[in-house]
Amino acid sequence: MELAPYLILGSIEGLVTAAVLALMAVGLSLVFGVMRVVNVAHGEFFMLGAVLAWFVADMIGGHPAISFIAALFIAPMLVGSLAIVADTTILKRINYDPERTIVATIGLLYIIQQVTLMTYGSNARPVEPPFNQRISIPWFEWTESGLSMYWPWGLGTTTYKLAVIGFAIILLLAIWLLMTRTRIGLIMRATQLDRDVAQAYGINVDRVYAMVFGLGAGLAALAAVLIVPIQQAHYLMGHDPLLLSFIVVIIGGLGSLAGTVVAAVLIGLSDGLISVFFTPTLAKIIATLIVTFVLIFRPSGLLGKHRP
Amino acid sequence: MLELISVSSGYADAQVLRQVSLQLNAGEIVCILGRNGAGKTTMMKTIMGLLKADAGQIMYNGTDLTTLSPHKIAGFGIGYIPQGRRLFAELTVAENLEIGLMAGGKSVATRDKVLAMFPRLAERLDQRADTLSGGEQQMLATGRALCLEPQLLLLDEPTEGLQPSMIALIRDTVVALKQQGVGILLVEQRVDAVLSIADKVMFLENGMSRDIMSADHLRKNPDLLKKYIGV
Repeated sequence: MELAPYLILGSIEGLVTAAVLALMAVGLSLVFGVMRVVNVAHGEFFMLGAVLAWFVADMIGGHPAISFIAALFIAPMLVGSLAIVADTTILKRINYDPERTIVATIGLLYIIQQVTLMTYGSNARPVEPPFNQRISIPWFEWTESGLSMYWPWGLGTTTYKLAVIGFAIILLLAIWLLMTRTRIGLIMRATQLDRDVAQAYGINVDRVYAMVFGLGAGLAALAAVLIVPIQQAHYLMGHDPLLLSFIVVIIGGLGSLAGTVVAAVLIGLSDGLISVFFTPTLAKIIATLIVTFVLIFRPSGLLGKHRP
Repeated sequence: MLELISVSSGYADAQVLRQVSLQLNAGEIVCILGRNGAGKTTMMKTIMGLLKADAGQIMYNGTDLTTLSPHKIAGFGIGYIPQGRRLFAELTVAENLEIGLMAGGKSVATRDKVLAMFPRLAERLDQRADTLSGGEQQMLATGRALCLEPQLLLLDEPTEGLQPSMIALIRDTVVALKQQGVGILLVEQRVDAVLSIADKVMFLENGMSRDIMSADHLRKNPDLLKKYIGV
């Protein structure tokens, strides 16, 4: 088989990774941007989204499309609500102090992980995709009769994977519209820029923080619901996405949503392509190396602003 | 309208403001004078609830503001123009004004009135606040506060770094607000810029009120300026 079909395959797999990563990392970036909180428990919100998706799908049963759509709404709502409770009962009480919030979210990470282990168990469990038709991708070759199309063995994807990419694009556009075109987005941006003056202008910063923390966690859970028909739900599945999200947020620029999406596409594509041609481990090593170079040569990230 | 009763406040373990009392009536301009570090900005922040008062009471039209959250205080129609303007730098002029309108629950009609006062802002509605000149930024900071249609306005060094024509514009705006019955608490370093429009002057030193007098008295006894703030 030629190289180009492999590139297409790697790119599709990479775009699926990028789509999920972008949603999750945008949540992390939003929380850091507005609240200045480094949420180490973000990966566990992702894991919880996947596990709750399994619970919801299992409970509802019936046609996979119905149970999946129910999971798509219920899991992010539950995870978002849990995050709001965590914000008001833990982060608010330590006054969002940067060092203490890191320690607090590490604690939250272990609490969520161990409670999941105790209740859900250590098994990995799948959620059926709502639809999953296989699509073979054609390629072209020169034959004696001219250019002809053929279907290389193994070159294909599924309708569900394409839907994940499309749905993530729609969601990211919706977040962009929320932040730039709505009153609530204006309030979040004002709070991000100057917490004190925002308060002096009637903005209830505590409520904004709770909402942003819930939204960030909800996005991580949504990303997990999308990926759980491709990967299985497992109580340790939050680690890798958390690491990749931090990598994406640092490369994109802390707090920059546009930078986060650009970096997610870069990292997702490189992950997909390198995994196809070499190994997934090499993809992680290269992503970590990119972060190292970004930190050395452009500490503020690709689209981040310099902070004194 | 506004009454501070033996108010003390500060940062962490450092007490800055010590038992300061003050009374400000509607349509009155009270100017706070003092050297750097005297506690002028701390006093403004304490009134706005951004710093909690350790002791004393802050009353506004019969309501005790002392323990209220800052976002609730703005709802009473108190406009705040902080030191250094502190605009929402990455937001546009229109968005900065929108924040003021939201705080006061006001409509676009209020924004149009504000833009009529500062026509230059109307030409720059889609421009980011941090790309405006210093004078325009002060207009925007003032405009943002006026979008609340405040009954009480707190101005912290509004003439800082401005050219004379801009200082005159800010001064004229403050006088116009006073004539509409707005109470104004004004912190200034530039005595010449405010003495002519103030009704009362308070001298603050090391967080304590050294003296409160009518501006007329101070204008007749300029030696007092040297005595209290060394100018």
